[in-house]
Amino acid sequence: MESKLGIDFNKVAKGKLLAKKISDEVEEFASHYSTVTCERTICRLLGIDGVNQDDVPLPNVVVDYVKEKGLINDGIMFIMGNAVLQTEKSPMEIAQQIAERKLDITKLPQGDKQKARQSLQPYIDASVKRIIDRRRKREHYIDTIGEGPKPYLYIIVATGNIYEDVVQAQAGARQGADIIAVIRTTGQSLLDYVPYGATTEGFGGTFATQENFRIMRKALDEVGEEVGRYIRLCNYCSGLCMPEIAVMGALEGLDVMLNDALYGILFRDINMKRTLIDQFFSRVINGFAGVIINTGEDNYLTTADAFEQAHTVLASDFINEQLAFAAGMPEEQMGLGHAFEMDPQLEDGFLYELAQAQLIREIFPKAPIKYMPPTKFMTGNIFRGQIQDALFNQIGIMTHQGLQLLGMMTEAIHTPFMSDRYVSIENARYIFNNMRHFGDDIVFKENGIMQTRAKKVLDDAVDLLEKMQTEGLFSALEKGIFGDVKRPRDGGKGLGGVFEKSDNYYNPFIEIMKGKGGKE
Amino acid sequence: MSAGLYSMEAKDFDTNLDLTKVKPYGDTMNDGKTQLSFTLPVPCNDEGIEAAKQLLKKMGFENPLVVYYKELTEGFTFFNCYGSTIHTVDYTSIHVPKVESHTMDMPTTDQYIKDYIGRKIVIVGASTGTDAHTVGIDAIMNMKGYAGHYGLERYEMIEALNMGSQVPNEEFIAKAIELNADALLVSQTVTQKDVHIKNLTELVEMLEAEGLRDKVILCCGGARITHELAKELGYDAGFGMNTYADDVASFIVEEMAKRMGTAPAKTE
Repeated sequence: MESKLGIDFNKVAKGKLLAKKISDEVEEFASHYSTVTCERTICRLLGIDGVNQDDVPLPNVVVDYVKEKGLINDGIMFIMGNAVLQTEKSPMEIAQQIAERKLDITKLPQGDKQKARQSLQPYIDASVKRIIDRRRKREHYIDTIGEGPKPYLYIIVATGNIYEDVVQAQAGARQGADIIAVIRTTGQSLLDYVPYGATTEGFGGTFATQENFRIMRKALDEVGEEVGRYIRLCNYCSGLCMPEIAVMGALEGLDVMLNDALYGILFRDINMKRTLIDQFFSRVINGFAGVIINTGEDNYLTTADAFEQAHTVLASDFINEQLAFAAGMPEEQMGLGHAFEMDPQLEDGFLYELAQAQLIREIFPKAPIKYMPPTKFMTGNIFRGQIQDALFNQIGIMTHQGLQLLGMMTEAIHTPFMSDRYVSIENARYIFNNMRHFGDDIVFKENGIMQTRAKKVLDDAVDLLEKMQTEGLFSALEKGIFGDVKRPRDGGKGLGGVFEKSDNYYNPFIEIMKGKGGKE
Repeated sequence: MSAGLYSMEAKDFDTNLDLTKVKPYGDTMNDGKTQLSFTLPVPCNDEGIEAAKQLLKKMGFENPLVVYYKELTEGFTFFNCYGSTIHTVDYTSIHVPKVESHTMDMPTTDQYIKDYIGRKIVIVGASTGTDAHTVGIDAIMNMKGYAGHYGLERYEMIEALNMGSQVPNEEFIAKAIELNADALLVSQTVTQKDVHIKNLTELVEMLEAEGLRDKVILCCGGARITHELAKELGYDAGFGMNTYADDVASFIVEEMAKRMGTAPAKTE
């Protein structure tokens, strides 16, 4: 692709190499550890689901039990393999017996390790097949009924009640939305378990549960067939249960997942070691299931200044791309994030925003980059808000963004009304149609404001990566490089759930799924 | 649907301003003109439009006009409407409780602290409870501030600590004790189902139980917070929309000086 911005692609290559070194160091560290949620993910992949009489999810029951007995370092596969071999029961039956305190799997005699491994093969095969079938179903829909043009129109629903969300989501799809994101209830990211069943109560969002995923997927398939367009479903594979939510999404046909450890570290104060380990497994699963991930760089700009800190967004995108590559994810599934968040009072702000969006597009040409709307400078003035969203949409279509998260003129007032979504979708469709090829038909003035700006942001991002590479990602986060937020490496939530792998530890799903793109 | 560009209606109402009977102003005094939009859970048809008009009449609008309507999804119709309200309010009898301080800019506040308090003051802030939003507390506390109003971290005479979001009230209080805080700021963005009321009340009760309530200046803020609500819940002040770090800082330093008995005499 010819650069509209006249950027130096040797510099881009340098940035990618630096980011790869940063990512390699993180992955080397992470490979020696696992976490409670990674083990619960394995439980789910072995078919363990449901809750005990106190509503504790069975994967938690099993993992907590093994942890209490001091054997978690061996991993769930090792222990469950032996339990299945010795009892000839399924992992689900064993989990139920643990919940009912009828079985102590840590006291069973140790059988032949190879046979123990083999005893789990049918359960592994069953869940892998289910994920592949789900992926095929999506591909079949796209091949038959088709999909909307990019940028995909991405809207959120957030009623707290999954059945009400269905009404809102179907209305949104009929009005033209391509992606429906069900916002999670406040605080779910910090729960170290995934709630169970259909839910109708939530604050500012709806619980992410496997049953809620299933209900919404079915509703979107119905409306997709009606409007003749596949409607993608998005949820949040972030917080303390990243890989578990990834696997639930993979099993239930989600298409897009917010998935960003850096976001969790900075904005949810989750321990950096914990979440980077969790992220690796979650991205392996998302990659295999064909799920597009979204990274959360846009959030940096809600605390840091979008003009001054634009290079941190780009630097983080560089790193997130490499962390996704390390988990075997193809570029086509990397919804790297950025945002339209500069102060509307800034002179020539539109030019700087356009330069930034074009820069991200050129550096990650195959990625379905995710463009976030103005939020920080949205006020109760809904009339100006509608114009801010219109400027955002113009840049979205001019720079070929992948996922356009539509702005709401009532941002900062309330979670969207049904009518807010209509006004917003109409805004985007009008502009996308009216300006469809405008970006392809113009050139940027040589050494003009936009070219100069883009070059500077790239230079600054590469300089920052250089500094980070010498000190490592963990130190960089401790110093507050992203979003002006500082986090200590042994602080934050969830560190207690991290453990070192013993020699007995194995997780076959990494090998089965990593880089395999849903193929057997 | 169009009512024409020029209104030919006779102005059969008094066009003089009377502050005891105030109503909206469109382009003529006392015309009562109001614009509103809403969605009704009815099909998009003539009956639906009539339903919107009848609703406008019940809301107190004369000459209800539906200027635009659109089906959002089956069984839901969106309306843009105008009407002239019959209601008035007596502006002269209104009393709204307000934060009683004079907003000073950053250098003036720093100087005020030097002159009347004589030491650096400590302010701890957080978005407490399950609230994951830091936008409010960041706007007030972060160095950068918001919309050109510098945040408390930038003040020379203020030691500001922003604990971020989802801080349990217990942790918040523990930090206040540890740092010997002079003032506490609580931000609440999520207000669905009045979760903020419960959380704010709990904090006051916990501070009282610890014997700390009178030792600190306690403020809350957020888009849905008013000073009146804050006072009702036992806070010293509440800061709603369109208030900034300088409003908060000015209130805190004046209140502190007042409590210490060192505040300058007011010249009013």
